[in-house]
Order: sequence, then structure tokens, then C-alpha cells
Amino acid sequence: MFPSRIWREKAQRYRLEAGKCTTCGYIAFPPRLICPECGAREFETITLPDTGKILTYTVIRVAPSQFTDEAPYAVGIAELTNGVKLMAQIADCEVEKIKVGMEVVIEFRRVQTHGSHGVLSYGYKFVPKWY
Amino acid sequence: MRDVAVVGIGMNKWGEIWTKSFRDLFVEAALMAIDDAGVDTLDSMTIGCMTGGLFVGQEHLASMMADYLGIKNLPASRVESACASGGLAFRTAYIEVASGMSDIVLAGGVEKMTDVSGDGATYALATAADQEYEVFHGATFPGLYALMAVAHMEKYGTTRDMLSSVAVKNHHNGSMNPNAQYPFKISIEEVNNSVMVASPLRILDCSPITDGAAAVILTTVDIARKLGKPIIKIIGSGHATDTIALHSRKDLTTLDATRMAAKRAFDMAGKTIKDIDFAEVHDCFTIAEIIVSESLGVFAPGKGGVAAQKGETGLEGSFPINTSGGLKSKGHPVGATGIGQAVEVVKQLRGEAENGRQLKNNPKTALMQNMGGSGGSTLVHILEVA
Ligand SMILES: [Zn+2]
Repeated sequence: MFPSRIWREKAQRYRLEAGKCTTCGYIAFPPRLICPECGAREFETITLPDTGKILTYTVIRVAPSQFTDEAPYAVGIAELTNGVKLMAQIADCEVEKIKVGMEVVIEFRRVQTHGSHGVLSYGYKFVPKWY
Repeated sequence: MRDVAVVGIGMNKWGEIWTKSFRDLFVEAALMAIDDAGVDTLDSMTIGCMTGGLFVGQEHLASMMADYLGIKNLPASRVESACASGGLAFRTAYIEVASGMSDIVLAGGVEKMTDVSGDGATYALATAADQEYEVFHGATFPGLYALMAVAHMEKYGTTRDMLSSVAVKNHHNGSMNPNAQYPFKISIEEVNNSVMVASPLRILDCSPITDGAAAVILTTVDIARKLGKPIIKIIGSGHATDTIALHSRKDLTTLDATRMAAKRAFDMAGKTIKDIDFAEVHDCFTIAEIIVSESLGVFAPGKGGVAAQKGETGLEGSFPINTSGGLKSKGHPVGATGIGQAVEVVKQLRGEAENGRQLKNNPKTALMQNMGGSGGSTLVHILEVA
């Protein structure tokens, strides 16, 4: 993966920056140029809350090559306290203990340890609150 | 708009076809369809293919396939909508004939997936998901459908055995399809004990990696009558998209593009789901068939799993689904799948389905649903014996 591609996403992956529609309040993560709810084109930059709950999850055992060393690993969709949903790995826990409805905190982690260009990719992961 | 009919079908044996090239796979199916229709030339051709580039390093199929089909200067195009590319080719050809722009159009689909490693195929298929916000985090296609499965199980109590019953039924049907990749029966226990891919989905919940092609010939009903072929009329065509990322959807247990594409096809045909005798749907994973059956309105939300377990979707059931064996048993050469569905629907409507899988009571009206990615695009068509 070319560094420029990772660099472009840094505000979302490192800082959880989203766009909030100044007309209807819809929150776009990642930011968008036009609001899918009301069609307005003006957004203010906000930071997503760092807590939420797991809506669904899976434990991936057959993994893409850059993740094979980590398999089995869990991927989930969490709904944050402001209603925004996003996908990330669920880290720092035994995968058997993951449950729908479980509360999680978003933490900054290394996501991919190597790509075809040897670049380390960082981003967010969900960590269960009870740890 | 002019009335349009399917007058020719062609499909080769699907599977790991090491002996045939990408181009020969396609041309073989195309020639079968041309011969079946009894036409001597085409006005145009449209080909569904998800990613010849990633699977065999070959794009520009319009030129290559027209060239090897031997029709000089044929107007040809390739369309892409991930695993719904075939359905999109069908709709594109339909619009072209209905509009009066062309009289005889071939709609085809092709994918050659086994010339890359398993990891290469995983990578190629994952390009149908959101690279930066799903694939980046390690999501795979089985993983995305597993997320839907867990949400469906939590909300409605769908069980492991319900998922397995879809795979068992489709393999039962596929065992009677000479073109199926895996034409053998499996048991609930075999599915339940197969290797875990992305929990709760096991390998026998997943459709396979497949080489294959299929083609159909579309023309006007007037020309179809002159050709003396059974008239299988296209009475409804619906197309819809949804968010590319699964997590952006309001409800993880329904497929909104399927619901909308079906509504558009039904409105156009002046029909409802109650008028449909059987369907071919996109069972890329067992949970997909269950959710699709609900989103089409065959069963109420949350009731698709129970219905599958009770045999409602079997050959003798109240609403047969995937008489061909579906993607699960017949195979899933992604760009060809939507056209493969059309081949089965036409066979059933002509009364020509092989080896005892022909539906009884002369089915008249059929639906086919083909979707891309985790449901980010969907095509629904309704065909009827005229
Ligand atoms: Zn808005």
C-alpha cells in the first residue's frame, strides 16, 4: 500500500474526525461532501466519542495474508454513544468472551503490521470496557 | 418500450476448469446461447465480469470476447457491479432491446477465479467491500456476511441448523444439475462440523471459488415468435444500490437494495411476490439466502430461517428457491452468476430442467435476484412464460 493512501485517512484513523451536517445534524464517518440525509453540503468537523457497544461481531479464522499471523481475530460493528456505527477489530480479549451489547472503548493501535510496501498502518480498535 | 424475451441460453460445466482459458470459457457459453436461439448474428453484446484484471490480469473484455466470438466490429461492452455484474449485464441488454436500439443482444457473464491462489481470490473479492473502512480492519466477505448472521441470530433467534438447512437443500438441488461445480448432497451434520471460516459461518455455508461462464440471447417478442422459440418474456427489471459499507446501514438484518430492486421490478410487472412461482437468489452464504427471502417478501422478517428448515424453499415447498443448486452447489464465478440464474429460470419455465429437478405444475412466473458485495447493489428480474 502506498504511503499517500494511508496519509489521506489519517484524520479518521488517528483522530476519529467526522463531518457533522450543519443543516440536519447527520454525522458522516468518514466525512462526505454531501449529506445523504438532507443533501446539504456544509459540515463541521467533530471528533467521534470513544465509547460504544458491539452490535455484531465475527471471529475471522481464514484471514487475508497481512492478517494471517493474527488469526483468529475478531471484527465487529459498534454503535458509538452518538449513534455513529463503525467497523474495527475487537482487541485485548479472548474472542470467546465477546458478546453483542458489550461495551467497548476505542483505542489507537497498529492495525496492519506489513503491507506490500512494508508500511505500518495504524488506526482504531475496539477494546472491551471490562478489561 | 418493446416487449423483450429470452430466446437462447448457454452455460458450461462450472468448477475448477484448469483446461480452459478465460476467453474459451466465455466463447463456449456464448456459442451455446447463440445456437440455442437459432440466430446467425448479434447486434450487440454486454458482458458481466467483476475483475478479470485481478483474477487473470485481463481487462478490455469487450474487445477480446467479441474478437474470439468471431463477429467482426461487434458493439460490445463489459459492465461491473461486483458479484451482481451478470445481473447488470442482463438489465443492460434488456434496456438495449426494449429501447429499440438493438434487436438481438447477447448478455453474458464470465469469471476465471482459480488461476490465483486462495489469498489472491480473497483479495480480489474483497475489492467489492469498502477498502478503507472494512477491508483495512481485516474484514473478509465471509466475515461481512457473518456479521449479518450474528445480528440476525440475535434479533430473531435464527439457528445453526437453519443456516445449514439452506446449504443442504441447495446441494440436494445441485446434485441434479449437470453443470454444477459440486453436484453432491451434504448433511446438516457435515455443514455443522465443517471448518470455521468466520464465525458462525463455516466452509459449507460459503459458496465456492469457481471458473465459469453463461450467456443468454435477448430479442423482441416479435422476433422470438419468428424464431419459433418458447417465449420467456422479461416483465420486470429492478435495480438498486445501498451503502457500500455494511456498518453504514440502519438495519443489519435486512438487504435494502434487494427490497427496493424487487419493488421496482414488481411495480413494472404489475405483480407481487404472491404471483411468483419460484426464484433463483444470491446465496453467496447461507445467511444471504435467508435474509434475501425476507427482503423479497417471500417470508416475514425473521421467518426465513424457520421456513428454510421446514422445507418451504425446497423443490416441493410452497416457494422453491435455487432449484439450480444456487451459488452454493452450482458455483459462484462472480460475474457469471446473474446470467447463470437466468439460464436456470429459463430452463424451468421451458420445462427443461434436468434430472428430476424440474418443478411440477408448469411454473409460469419466476424471479431472479443477484447482488454485489454485502448487498451494496442488487438486480431483480421477473420472467414469465408468454
Ligand atoms: Zn444533512
